[in-house]
Amino acid sequence: MDLKDLYRDVILDHNKQPRNFGRLDPCDTSADGNNPLCGDRLTLTLRLEGDRLTDIRFEGKGCAISTASASLMTEAVKGKDQAAITRLRELVHQTLTAHGEATLPPAELGKLAALAGVRDYPARVKCASLCWHTLGAALEHHAQRHADHGPATVSTE
Amino acid sequence: MNAEMTMPAYDVARVRADFPILATTVRGKRLAFLDTAASAQRPLAVIEAVDRYERSSHANVHRGVYELSQKATDAFEGARERVRRFLNAASIKEIVFTRGTTESINLVAQSWGRRLGPGDEVLITWMEHHANIVPWQMLCERTGAVLKVAPIDARGELDLDAFRALLSPRTKLAAFTQVSNALGTVLPIRAMIDAAHAVGAMTLLDGAQAVAHERVDVRALGCDFYVFSSHKLYGPTGLGVLWAREAVLRDMPPWQGGGDMILTVSFAKTTYNELPYRFEAGTPHISGAVGLAAAIDYLEALGIERVHAHEQALLARATRALRAVSGLRIIGEAKEKTGVISFTLEGVHPHDLGTILDDEGVAVRTGHHCAMPVMEFFDVPATARASFGCYTDDTDIDQLLRALGRAREVFG
Repeated sequence: MDLKDLYRDVILDHNKQPRNFGRLDPCDTSADGNNPLCGDRLTLTLRLEGDRLTDIRFEGKGCAISTASASLMTEAVKGKDQAAITRLRELVHQTLTAHGEATLPPAELGKLAALAGVRDYPARVKCASLCWHTLGAALEHHAQRHADHGPATVSTE
Repeated sequence: MNAEMTMPAYDVARVRADFPILATTVRGKRLAFLDTAASAQRPLAVIEAVDRYERSSHANVHRGVYELSQKATDAFEGARERVRRFLNAASIKEIVFTRGTTESINLVAQSWGRRLGPGDEVLITWMEHHANIVPWQMLCERTGAVLKVAPIDARGELDLDAFRALLSPRTKLAAFTQVSNALGTVLPIRAMIDAAHAVGAMTLLDGAQAVAHERVDVRALGCDFYVFSSHKLYGPTGLGVLWAREAVLRDMPPWQGGGDMILTVSFAKTTYNELPYRFEAGTPHISGAVGLAAAIDYLEALGIERVHAHEQALLARATRALRAVSGLRIIGEAKEKTGVISFTLEGVHPHDLGTILDDEGVAVRTGHHCAMPVMEFFDVPATARASFGCYTDDTDIDQLLRALGRAREVFG
């Protein structure tokens, strides 16, 4: 277990210069995530076209792991459809919680593999997963609203 | 001959040898345990007292006529008497065992608090632990009473004038901490108790962060409720104490029903047990009480005043050293503090700091310390907090300083 494996250059870079930082206005759906135990907070704003997530931004305050994870996530999910996003979410979850396993993270993860070091620091897993839970909530919120109002070809919001 | 000359100098190396856990390693590094404010470690005397009790004296208390049950009852009630002497309380009837400080406060809120009504006020301070905020919020919600909060200043000291100004005949209770867990600030409790009493308010003192660091004499303090936890005092977890004068407790309805708190039970009418048992429903944490008594013996043998002096010397040295670290900001610089230093390091979030320090064997608390209003006041999401106990030494501080250097390296 090495600190350098947790704080990889990619993580430090995305912490210092988070990508897609800010807020989309207007947006199609959004969600707030917060980690009451450590005070990490973030807000995701999303734009969708049909099934495809066309744009996403995040803002908030958090540790390097949570900031970098959110930044990497926005890059990874932008342009993807919901099935692909769900698949990524599952892979990330598996990678983060594979405590004690020496297996390499799946190649599909791309840059997100940089988060694999978190698995050896169980106390920090929730920092890395916060943004993914929040993304799930935002998408679910969107889906529910559409179910309530029928297919939303026009948004009045 | 001066009495002080007969006392040997405080030998922290010998004290450390009493705490087996301090000899363990973390990630291959020497353990620098700097989280005593969250929970103190146990000396061998406590571990062995609990072990002895479990091996030779355990049975349920206040129940059996057989010898073992009597031994357990004697051990448990002996512990209560030990706590009475420790606090200089008038009688064991005034010593109620609870699960901890949090439960002690909830007991007061749910039992004594029933008398509150619309228009009544409870006054707390901005520095309280959530355990001394939320039970009062819940009480106010139930009764229509109003919660008032006395502000603090940029140094992390109570604004005593504002505290006084918030007191009025409507104030039924002033509940405040003796020492801030997040900042280490020692509050001017003498003046606060007097001011509260002057308007006819009762006072509850949260002693969780104080009992292990200074001598507490509840009769000299003059407060109405005093609460603390065993595990901040080098004793076991899961046990706490509520002290109040007999007349006050006598006037309070029971809060939890069950065994041990009754005299007779029938479906028509139940009569309640005498003090303090009326407030102790169910089988208590017997071994915890035995451990707490051993912890008090241990601390008093070391000398609370000597421990206090040791911790103050460490506080002064560590504060000086930390101030010299570039980008480090100490949160809470009250004139009078216990061995607690909350801080942030520019460019490194406290949680990242906690992980890096851990990698160097340094255990500090990171987060909001169950005092979110304090974090909000200082406009920080969280802090790292180093806190000291009787076993903390210079090497711990040096290790912390080195680990902070490592954090700088990682984050550039």
